[in-house]
Amino acid sequence: MKRTSVAGMAALAASGVAHAQFGLQSPESPIAQQIYDLHSLIFGICVVVFIAVFSVMFYSIFYHRKSLGAKPASFHENTTVEVIWTIVPFVILVGMAVPATRTVLAMKDTSDAEMTIKVTGYQWKWGYDYLKGDGEGISFYSNLATPYAQIHNEAPKGPEYLLEVDNPLVVPAGKKIRVLTTANDVIHSFWVGALGFKQDAIPGFVRDTWFYAKNSGIYRGQCVELCGKDHGFMPIVIHVMEDGDYKQWVAAKKKEIEASRIDPNKTYTLTELKAQGEKVYQGNCAACHQASGMGVPGAFPALSGSKVATGPVADQIKLVLNGKQGTAMASFKQLSDIEIAAVVTYERNSWANQTGDVVQAADVKALRGGTVALK
Amino acid sequence: MAAVPGSVHDHSHDHDHAHHPTGIMRWVTTTNHKDIGTMYLWFSFAMFFVGGLLAFGIRAELFQPGLQFWQPEFFNQLTTLHGIIMVFGAIMPAFVGFANWQVPLMIGAPDMAFARMNNWSFWLLPPAAILLITSFFVPGGATAAGWTLYAPLTVQMGPGMDLAIFAIHIMGVSSIMGSINIITTILNMRAPGMTLMKMPLFCWTWLITAYLLIAVMPVLAGAVTMTLTDRHFDTHFFNAAGGGDPVLYQHIFWFFGHPEVYIMILPAFGIVSEIIPTFARKPLFGYSSMVYATSSIAILSFIVWAHHMFTVGMPAAGQLFFMYATALIAVPTGVKVFNWLATMWKGSMTFETPMLFAIGFIFVFSMGGFTGLILSIAPVDIQLHDTYYVVAHFHYVLVAGSLFAIFGGTYYWLPKWTGHMYDEKLGKLHFWLSIIFFNLTFFVMHFLGLAGMPRRIPDYSIQFADFNMVASIGAFGFGLSQLIFLRVVVKCIRGGAKAPASPWEGAHGLEWTVPSPAPYHTFETPPVVK
Repeated sequence: MKRTSVAGMAALAASGVAHAQFGLQSPESPIAQQIYDLHSLIFGICVVVFIAVFSVMFYSIFYHRKSLGAKPASFHENTTVEVIWTIVPFVILVGMAVPATRTVLAMKDTSDAEMTIKVTGYQWKWGYDYLKGDGEGISFYSNLATPYAQIHNEAPKGPEYLLEVDNPLVVPAGKKIRVLTTANDVIHSFWVGALGFKQDAIPGFVRDTWFYAKNSGIYRGQCVELCGKDHGFMPIVIHVMEDGDYKQWVAAKKKEIEASRIDPNKTYTLTELKAQGEKVYQGNCAACHQASGMGVPGAFPALSGSKVATGPVADQIKLVLNGKQGTAMASFKQLSDIEIAAVVTYERNSWANQTGDVVQAADVKALRGGTVALK
Repeated sequence: MAAVPGSVHDHSHDHDHAHHPTGIMRWVTTTNHKDIGTMYLWFSFAMFFVGGLLAFGIRAELFQPGLQFWQPEFFNQLTTLHGIIMVFGAIMPAFVGFANWQVPLMIGAPDMAFARMNNWSFWLLPPAAILLITSFFVPGGATAAGWTLYAPLTVQMGPGMDLAIFAIHIMGVSSIMGSINIITTILNMRAPGMTLMKMPLFCWTWLITAYLLIAVMPVLAGAVTMTLTDRHFDTHFFNAAGGGDPVLYQHIFWFFGHPEVYIMILPAFGIVSEIIPTFARKPLFGYSSMVYATSSIAILSFIVWAHHMFTVGMPAAGQLFFMYATALIAVPTGVKVFNWLATMWKGSMTFETPMLFAIGFIFVFSMGGFTGLILSIAPVDIQLHDTYYVVAHFHYVLVAGSLFAIFGGTYYWLPKWTGHMYDEKLGKLHFWLSIIFFNLTFFVMHFLGLAGMPRRIPDYSIQFADFNMVASIGAFGFGLSQLIFLRVVVKCIRGGAKAPASPWEGAHGLEWTVPSPAPYHTFETPPVVK
């Protein structure tokens, strides 16, 4: 049963389609396995019904044709047959519903998880916060790592084109992991097929799902809810590690986070802010405004030489904080005060902009207008 | 029965064309169901080509990985407008065109019940189309939120979104007016002796469809109006920060959207149920179970909307209910397919173009039905939701379903409309190219979806490259094949062999009792049905 779909399509495969895949991704978690088996079962039933029904059709097409001298019969009703072909499909449906119900209930059972991770969808990246279990307190963003040169066909595409990120989600193998999803701006959807989960991330609401990876390895997925311009460019990569490796990763990650912590109360120099701001810019702004600050004419305004990036500082901070209604410029409230201060400083002192302005975290804090920063 | 037929003074045939303006004003002011039906059909045909052009843009970009032609934002505008235009501009008006032409002819009525309103329901459509097309040229471009227009993404759109909302409002008003007209015509203007259970199945399916339309178009109007006020008047229906709920939008939208799916397929069932008996030379098998099946599908369509939302995180009980209800629709749908097959069984079949399209319809629509059944199973749906599998599924039911039935119906009734036979050779060529390229385009999308390619993405990872190339080639072929259809229709209007009143040997029904082309005024004295 498992290979039915593959066998049926072998003919097409022979036509020279290289590394194409015909069925569901190979399941790597108990739920994914159940889904895989459910799909195979129902697909098998469909194939049987398909063959049965359409052999009848093609039989009549070939043998009940006028050119062969077929004389039309005149029957147009038969209650017995009609009752049979209402009841039989119904019974088949019940047969499909029973295992499906079992899987639905299993998928919904998020109790007794050993770890909880909150996943936040942003336009257009993922934020991960380790809430409970090993690694508690770790949080970071995960951005597309494929260089823009590859996307714009200026460089050869790598094997993981569009499916690679700078910071993958890391989890231990063999543990039930509960995932809480939410979003910052619009609805996104968190999906890794091989691990058998997909859960919408909805702004203002928290939903949950769970997964359990049997083996260590790298699993890839993508955002599957249209979330604006870069919907196609927000992959999900999960590194599943053996427990020991995972513990090492936790220790290293915590150290790394500690080292990069910036004191929000400190006053930084232009150079420090610019260096930090460039990182923030690459992660948050370059997708639209481009690394060159030139934007995309007609779609995204250039920052280089723009009125906003050379005009009053407060206006620019407000724009970054609140976004611009009716445009693709989203609110970046989720960034910390120091991150916004850094990126504004960077934008005001890069490309054609040489204002010399230095923006400190306190300036951003003053303009935040009572809303609380998430981090 | 209404007192309308026969009560007016008798036009004799030689005055047929004497009582209406000529030139452009004939079309602007017409209240004649045949003129209006023709305008609907041409409008839908034009929009079909516009929507097709957008599809060309989509498939050109997806021909290979990397960004070739468009920026992602514009790509999203293409997919969004492709969807909106095909649904509201091409498929729905085409069926209304069929209803306008055929319902009065099939039930022996002289015209639609509200002839002047009929003129209005058509003339609302061109402004809506203009709003949609011009939205590409406003700042920020057309709406890029997908044809489902999910909140809160819609709040980020520019003025193109507002134009789309107004267009949807206008098209909704048009649909509701059209539906009222069709219901009234069918219920009040049937020829003496034509009981409901003697009525052609096409009229039955449209009667049920019209009720669906009246029930759900206001729901859509409500959803987009709420979007409009969220955008401009600071309401927060769908904004969690203001106490609203983004998922509420999806519930409202799909309460419209799921019945809408059946609005787009039930008239197709009707058309196919007319064509198959004609070319099998046998009465339709199980007429009454067809009527019951159609009604049950319509009723069930109201309680399954949330199967579009299995991934939003509804409780297990909700998932189970919507899963069972959705799978249940397979039963009446199965009954319909079995009835068509039983109609063919022991018939005396010939395979003119309408029959080819009808058989193609059954075959390919069933494949869409099977994938629909697979998608109804919640856990599998969660895996496949918002992937290309879904794109494949709904194109199998909407293109191979609705569109093929529209083609079949056009070939079937074209002799009646124009008075000429169409070019059979070209018709058959159109069918074969369409069905081959259609499958080339959409069959491979099942594999893309299973392997994990999300829908609505302008670029994809390299493992999806082969199938996308195949799909794009198929799409270009499918689109170009439609030029043959244009050629057939134009050729048939201009001339060709004269069509007799009943060009099909096995055809029954009142529309075949009037001459071809159908005179401007028909059934001024109602026929009597025994």
